[in-house]
Amino acid sequence: MRHIPVEPPPFFRRGPSPLARLVFFGLISIALLFVDTRYHYLEGIRHVAATILYPLQRAAQLPGEALAGAGNYFASLRSLTEDNVALKRQSVEHAAAAQAFAATQQENARLRALLDVRTNYATAARAVDVLYTSRDPFAQKLFVDKGADADIRPGEAVIDADGVVGQVTRVYPNMAEVTLVTDKDHAVPVQVQRSGVRSVLYGAGAGRAPELRFMAPSADIQVGDVLVTSGLDGTYPPGLAVARVATLERETGQIFARIACAPIAGVDRSEHLLVLGRATAAFPRPEEPTDLDTAKKPGKGKRRSGGIP
Amino acid sequence: MVLPNIAHLPTAAPEEILRPARPWFIVATLACALAANLLPLSGVALALRPDFIALVLLYWCIQEPRYAGVGIAWGVGLVMDVGDATLFGQHALAYAFLAYAAEYFRRRVLRFPLWQQAAQVAALLGLCAGLVLLVRYVGGAPLPRWTYAVPPLVGALLWPVVTLVLQWLQRPGGH
Repeated sequence: MRHIPVEPPPFFRRGPSPLARLVFFGLISIALLFVDTRYHYLEGIRHVAATILYPLQRAAQLPGEALAGAGNYFASLRSLTEDNVALKRQSVEHAAAAQAFAATQQENARLRALLDVRTNYATAARAVDVLYTSRDPFAQKLFVDKGADADIRPGEAVIDADGVVGQVTRVYPNMAEVTLVTDKDHAVPVQVQRSGVRSVLYGAGAGRAPELRFMAPSADIQVGDVLVTSGLDGTYPPGLAVARVATLERETGQIFARIACAPIAGVDRSEHLLVLGRATAAFPRPEEPTDLDTAKKPGKGKRRSGGIP
Repeated sequence: MVLPNIAHLPTAAPEEILRPARPWFIVATLACALAANLLPLSGVALALRPDFIALVLLYWCIQEPRYAGVGIAWGVGLVMDVGDATLFGQHALAYAFLAYAAEYFRRRVLRFPLWQQAAQVAALLGLCAGLVLLVRYVGGAPLPRWTYAVPPLVGALLWPVVTLVLQWLQRPGGH
């Protein structure tokens, strides 16, 4: 079945030629790309367009939600009962730890008061659900179902039950964009839990393991070490699990060790996340970089859409 | 003089006469394609998902070049950039090139049966994906995995389906 379209003969000029239009729109595109990469003037336009697009986006999510709803409806009573029993047992197991935590927190507060140390992060946290992962194959991002309406701000840390997932990089009225720790332009200041060695964990893009760069081959680090946030950037509260050291290569000829890590959190699996509030009192920026960690900060500044205070 | 008997000559099949596309219909199909592109997929489904907007744009640029051209494609690309939260102008540039290539090759593409058209559509969609890759690579993004080449191929396989569905919708009494 072939369809031959009918069109009037080109007796009359119908505007500029396709090539002229291509050149015109191509130049505008390149200008937009340049402005969007180098500066951030276009965020306002993006927000307006995203708001207009929001109903269509929600509509596209309806089929999936309906399917999930039907699946939940038919979930067997037995599995629910089993879940319930398991969760109750877990809750009892956690009860002791929770009570101890309350006591520890009080003790901590007293000690902090004695030492005159400021509380370094707010405990305000909002539970969010993942709407969808980004369709951009060049970036590791996902979108969650709350945004400016839930007072989520750029730069806030996002975690799941196991550890750090990423940070909020763009906030729309009803949703927010989270850049994952595996994104190439993302860096987290971390500390080895066992030895206290500080470093920065750099994402490497889809399918590649995040790595610790610029670590001396003699650094006190082992395969299996847990990396937790050091809190030096003021973005991530300290002490959150980020990744585990997966492979370690110390070659004598190299200046730095090659350290590949595996994220602990279900970065590409978790559906329910928690957005942590920002530090209530940001530490003043030191006048001059004095030690190794502050010297590393300018490198982080290259992040395209990072939320550096 | 004996006139040839034309009664036994083959007549045009009724499917080949389509109603002229109305602008609202083109807009509606593009909106549907946009919704399909915004489906919250993940994993394998996301890796296989073709760019429906590129497919539908290609269809309209080939079938109705008076209505759909470089300008429309560019505008739709900007919307897609917002929907995907990618760099502003990335999809716009790729779709503008796609529309131009469609305009350039349309007479050639239409000459072939659908499955051979699909092969040429694969090349056009590949050009579109290649442009996006080039833009992002220049912008400092890492090279994607080989699965990046899958969606254009899936799109080409879907080309006959998209064509048949859109033509069916345009057929008299098809709505």
